[in-house]
Parts: sequence; C-alpha cells; structure tokens
Amino acid sequence: MIAILKYNAGNTQSVENAVKRLGYECVVTDDRQLLQSAEKVIFPGVGEAASAMEYLRGKNLDEVVKSLTQPVLGICLGLQLMCRYSEEGDTNGLGIFDVDVKKFPPKDKVPHMGWNTISKSENQLFNRLLPDDNVYFVHSYYAELSQFTIAECDYILPFSAALQKNNFYAVQFHTEKSGTVGEQILTNFLKL
Amino acid sequence: MLKKRIIPCFDIKDGRVVKGINFVGLRDAGNPVELAAQYALAGADELVFLDIMATEQNRKTLTDLVSQIAAEINIPFTVGGGINLVADADKIIRSGADKISLNSSAVKSPQLITDIAKTLGTQAVVVAIDTKLINGKWEVFINGGKIATGLNTIEWAKKASQLGAGELLLTSMNNDGTKSGFAIDILNLVCDSVDIPVIASGGAGSKEHFKEVFTKTKATAALAASIFHYGEVGIQELKDYLKTENIAIR
Repeated sequence: MIAILKYNAGNTQSVENAVKRLGYECVVTDDRQLLQSAEKVIFPGVGEAASAMEYLRGKNLDEVVKSLTQPVLGICLGLQLMCRYSEEGDTNGLGIFDVDVKKFPPKDKVPHMGWNTISKSENQLFNRLLPDDNVYFVHSYYAELSQFTIAECDYILPFSAALQKNNFYAVQFHTEKSGTVGEQILTNFLKL
Repeated sequence: MLKKRIIPCFDIKDGRVVKGINFVGLRDAGNPVELAAQYALAGADELVFLDIMATEQNRKTLTDLVSQIAAEINIPFTVGGGINLVADADKIIRSGADKISLNSSAVKSPQLITDIAKTLGTQAVVVAIDTKLINGKWEVFINGGKIATGLNTIEWAKKASQLGAGELLLTSMNNDGTKSGFAIDILNLVCDSVDIPVIASGGAGSKEHFKEVFTKTKATAALAASIFHYGEVGIQELKDYLKTENIAIR
C-alpha cells in the first residue's frame, strides 16, 4: 500500500490519481500507523510553507515523517518542508535535508512556471529518462544546491530540482503533472 | 531552459466545450474530458477550462467535471468561471485542478485574489483579464466581455499581481475570434508591468501567430481554442514548427 500524507496543503487528489493510473493502490491519510506501515510514503503539497508546518506540528506529523524508514517522496512544497528552513513565512522545516529554501530573486518572471529540463545525476529515480526530458515546475521558492542534490535545474539561478538522503527523496517539480516523464519518475520511485 | 507553453482553452457551457466568435455565436466543439485526454496526448503543455456561463448565471463550476478531467490527464490544468469565494476555489483545487482562474469576481472583489493566494498559494491563482481597446485606451471588461469596468488594463494587471496573482491570462477582445494574431502591443505593455508570467490569448489563427507572440513579447504561454478544436492547426504540428523556428518548446 502507498500512503499519501494528508495535511492542509492541497493537491493530494492529483497525486492519488497519478498513483492509481500507474496501477498502485493508495490511501490518503494522516494516521501514524498507516503511514509507518505503508510500503512507500508520498509527501505532496501545494500551498504555503509556514501554515503547512504549523499544521504538521499541531498533528505531530512532523515527527512521524522524520521517523519513516521506507522510501519517502516529497513533491514540490513537500520537498521544501523536508528542508531545514524556508523563507516562505520564515519557518523551520523538518530538517531532513540541511538545506535552505529561498525566494527567487525577481530577475525573471516568478513563479518559475512551466516545463523545464533538469541535469540528473545517476540515480534510480531517473531510470529510463532522457537528457532532454521536461518536467513541470510551479514554484516561487527554491532549495539551494547541496550535497543532497541529485538533479539540478537552472531558472534565474541553478537550484535543486531533486534531493536525496538515505530513504528520503524529494522533487521540486510535479511528477504527477509531468506527463509520461513524470509517470516514469513516479514509477521509478514506486519500484524502489 | 524554461519552455514556452501551448495551452488549448476549453470554454465550457453545460458540461460541453464551446467557442465563441468575439464572445457571441457559440458552436459545440465536444466533450471536455475526451478532448482533454486527446490534447494531453498530442503534446499540450497545459489546459484551461472556463465555465463561461457560470458568472452570469451565478452557478458554480461543476466540480465533478474537474474530478473526471483530473482522473484522466497527467498535465496541469486551470479551471475558471463562477469562483466567488475561497471555498469555491478550494473545492476545485481539491478536486484535482492545479490553478483556478478569476475574472469578474476579482474585479468586483480584489481581496478575493489575496484570500485565495493565502490559502492555496499564489501559484494556484490565475487572474484572467478581458481587455478591449476603446478610444486608444485598453479597458478591462467583465461578465464574459459584456460589461465595461472603466479600469485601465495595465493598472489592473499591476494590482492583480500585487494582490497575489501567480499568473495573468490576458485576452484581447479586439483580436479574439478574428484569427488575425495576438495583440502584441497590450501584451508587451502588460508583460513589462508585472513580474509574474503572462499567458497571451485571443486572435490565434496560424502557426506564425504563435511564433510572433513568442518572439515579439515576453508572454510565457499562448492560449487558443478554435484553431485547435476545429483541427485547423494540430498541437504537435505547431510545436514542431516552433522548434524549427528556434523557440524553446517541449
């Protein structure tokens, strides 16, 4: 069973649809036991960092996510919340990745919205992808490059398109909205 | 490099896709769910659904249509029409849409932009602006282009952006339905006035019009309806053409 973390940031429906289209069973839940016993956990999110963190802390879900030992995939805001700190609402995150999330400087249109290519390192998450494959981004804040960066994107400046540390994976783009390329990445994660 | 987006737009009335010629004289162009899946396969970068009768009839966009579309397609889509409350927007996003689009309701109650942006994030809020050139001035129109507001288009674009819009969808009513090309002048004025992405809309009649809008303006996306719906230009054919013209296209 795949568990999708239920919290106050939207978009769980799209992720659920995508997982189901790939033929996997999933449950959208904030139940500690269900999350801990799931084969894989997806931490999606579209929304605002500070209010999302407040909600997670209020339900003790921050500790639950940090304690997970199976593969976990953060998507978009999920990635940002897995970092140490976010400038959005001046909030601390879960600190899984010791990385800061910052607002894009206004040197080009913000949000970074649309399809972009990423430079990927060798990682199972990117099996069967081509160098020119595009994925869909929508975000105004970005995670800095770090030792955990497994894919990089360049918009205004180079930033982390994907991060990994042990069982924790995270992508800034929306796998669930990135067409067949996104489906391949999601499949790669679900097969880990 | 960030790609320019090609966005087919579906004007929805009674759960079906229609397209107006200068906003009157509607023709039926098909089933939205089937069309959405077809377009996603054909390479559309994003989709927009506008419930064009929702505002004037004061009814809500059907969330089950949104759910059906979300279950079917794997690319982003925006839903607009009849969104007057944060709760309306929340319902649509929770049904699987990525963004909501505000038009008349944002003009009548600009605070709505901020309220929705705070709840769902600025990236989820598109402000659609219907504009018409009147006596040398670009003015904002609402209620499907039927009511003049007296608002200056550039001022409204700036204000919408400051209030929390994540993107603007600018439709020139002078060009819409004419197939004579996008309104390059007002697009440039708006793109230069705001820091958020702008989608060009109204007037697409040929592949060359897309090239023109991407080379002569900073629009990051171009939207069209009838040329796609009636098969005059195929999405893939258009994207192949733009690639050969060195425009960044997925």
